[in-house]
Amino acid sequence: MRIALFVTCLADTVYPQVGRATVTVLERLGHEVVFPRGQTCCGQMHVNTGYQQQAVPLIRQHVRAFEPYDLVVAPSGSCVGSVRHQQGQVARRAGDEGLAHAAEAVAARTYELSELLVDVLGVEDVGAVFPHRVTYHPTCHSLRMLRVGDRPLRLLRNVRGIDLVELPDADQCCGFGGTFALKNADTSAAMLADKMTALLSTGATVCTAGDSSCLMHIGGGLSRLKSGTRTLHLAQVLASTDGTFEDAR
Amino acid sequence: MSTFLGLPGRPVHADRTTGHVEGTQRFPDAARTALADTQLRSNLGHATRTIRDKRAAVVAEVPDWEELRSAASAIKADTMARLPELLIELEERVVARGGVVHWAKDAAEANTIVVDLVRRTGSDEVVKVKSMATQEIGLNEALAQQGITAWETDLAELIVQLGHDQPSHILVPAIHRNRSQIREIFLREMPGVDPGLTDEPRELAMAARRYLRAKFLSARVAVSGANFGVAATGTLAVVESEGNGRMCLTLPETLITVMGIEKLVPAWRDLEVFLQLLPRSSTGERMNPYTSMWTGVTPGDGPQDVHLVLLDNGRTATLADDVGRAALHCIRCSACLNVCPVYERTGGHAYGSVYPGPIGAVLSPQLTGLTGGSDPNDSLPYASSLCGACFDACPVKIDIPNLLVNLRAQHVEAHAATHRLPSPEQVAMAATAWAMSSPGRWAATQTASRTGRLLGRRSGTITRLPPPLSGWTAERDLPRPPKETFRQWWARERA
Repeated sequence: MRIALFVTCLADTVYPQVGRATVTVLERLGHEVVFPRGQTCCGQMHVNTGYQQQAVPLIRQHVRAFEPYDLVVAPSGSCVGSVRHQQGQVARRAGDEGLAHAAEAVAARTYELSELLVDVLGVEDVGAVFPHRVTYHPTCHSLRMLRVGDRPLRLLRNVRGIDLVELPDADQCCGFGGTFALKNADTSAAMLADKMTALLSTGATVCTAGDSSCLMHIGGGLSRLKSGTRTLHLAQVLASTDGTFEDAR
Repeated sequence: MSTFLGLPGRPVHADRTTGHVEGTQRFPDAARTALADTQLRSNLGHATRTIRDKRAAVVAEVPDWEELRSAASAIKADTMARLPELLIELEERVVARGGVVHWAKDAAEANTIVVDLVRRTGSDEVVKVKSMATQEIGLNEALAQQGITAWETDLAELIVQLGHDQPSHILVPAIHRNRSQIREIFLREMPGVDPGLTDEPRELAMAARRYLRAKFLSARVAVSGANFGVAATGTLAVVESEGNGRMCLTLPETLITVMGIEKLVPAWRDLEVFLQLLPRSSTGERMNPYTSMWTGVTPGDGPQDVHLVLLDNGRTATLADDVGRAALHCIRCSACLNVCPVYERTGGHAYGSVYPGPIGAVLSPQLTGLTGGSDPNDSLPYASSLCGACFDACPVKIDIPNLLVNLRAQHVEAHAATHRLPSPEQVAMAATAWAMSSPGRWAATQTASRTGRLLGRRSGTITRLPPPLSGWTAERDLPRPPKETFRQWWARERA
């Protein structure tokens, strides 16, 4: 199948290795990946911070970039959540019914990575090898906005060599919440502390999730603690065939 | 009797300084104090986890839980759409059964009505059933100013009252206290208490019982709230678990009920839905222990002088917002508080208002209105990571994250309308929106952001940034921007 990659502004700018890993997984499964050059951002940060009017041109740009494609994938639960549950509503609030319809049509063809693999492509074993102790953090928007359920875990259970350990209180938020981490930095830090405690109790060396933003938050905390445990996007675990992964460069 | 809903004309917001709908500190500042209180953190963590687990277990037992939620949501949406006519219907039914109905557009009006009613009885004290509406309007303080003592009879409200404290939870107002703290409060404040009192829950409850029994037997006036008002029959309902409410609602001669106008349901049979949802969502019980219902006056049985005060206090203004009005569907179960990771760590006082937690963050700012300025209630819509646990737990399916996002937009738009100079955040958001609405400009911005590589060259991560990003780097590192963005890599390798 021909799949348009919505890499997300965060992975594009800060975690290009997550975009590359997504391409690796899909191409290994025999699919064609295209990167629409017109893409920028879904507008989630603006919408969730209260700047809905400012988000409208971003939504328009997003729709323009992805309208020509039958299938769109993003390695992010929250960006897909925003595309699916916010874009139409924000356009409608701004009085642009045409944009709302167009956004909803694109949203109906847009999938988070684990949804695409399991539901659309019908794959649970992507041929990955990853001999490390890994724990999975479900991320709030994947869990409660998209209802991805155990799809990521099904993919992870099929990874050769993996030692997948359960994360206690996995459904608890890590405290990121976009600008919440800045506006309510202390409360966010208190939530992060509990997430890291749960995570470190598993003895995992890698915490994986389907969202670079939550991983940036958890990873930032783990790095500050010099904990020896790191974060890695689900796409990167699934892309690995020899237990190695590409780091930032 | 006059009928006044604050209409026609502009809907009236709640007055910020009467009652307890707004605190004095912005949420991030109040939260900082709460987060540093280790005893509070421990009490809250323990209590919310216990209620959370209990609720989850009993909700899982109900096979049609989702259908019940949808039914409740539909009943409330219908009620809000027909609120004026349903309120008139309620008034007619209550009056037909010998009750008296009063309409209060705000807290001050409601307080005046209740104070006058109590004075007419000649009594200088009232017993109270736990009630959010009377906390909201600051009734106890208004009564005290006129020399009338209000005795809280709910155990937790009693603890709060004796401790000269404020409630911190809708359902469990003393959730921030543990049993040894409660023992200290009783020993210090409860007249005639046994000095050998231990912190055994049963002993504490028996001490409160002895103390309250005397009040029940002597009080001539009771003040209550109402969980539900049935328009078709004029019936009011109070749902409680200690039996103190039953005492207050049946023993005194005069009963005054203060009810928010949104507590209405159209028909008797609608209670069937809510009485299944409420106990499981609130206390994790399958069935509510004491459900008291009364319809006007029953001659020779119970209170013979029955009053209903219908309270607006910003509700009509909330109803005017087509997204925000869903907050009026709330049945005050507190399930959203117990599952909220923010509430669990900060407790209720940080929210300032008597309505804390996720529902408070969407209700309080709508009752008072948003100013776009630095008012405490303007900070509440931001007191959430938008994790969505509240929406999942809500028995009437209020999409609280969506309401929060919409209130943030209203705050930002009110700010822009009332300030000549844009805030730094407004400038940053406008600039990023401008850059991100064109792929060319966005690529140029990404290139510029790589100057960030100058930071953290030695450690490979960024550990210190200036405000407003310092909030992040106080506790977390930030990755250095990579040498190459994804789109540059794609252009080089694939295009």
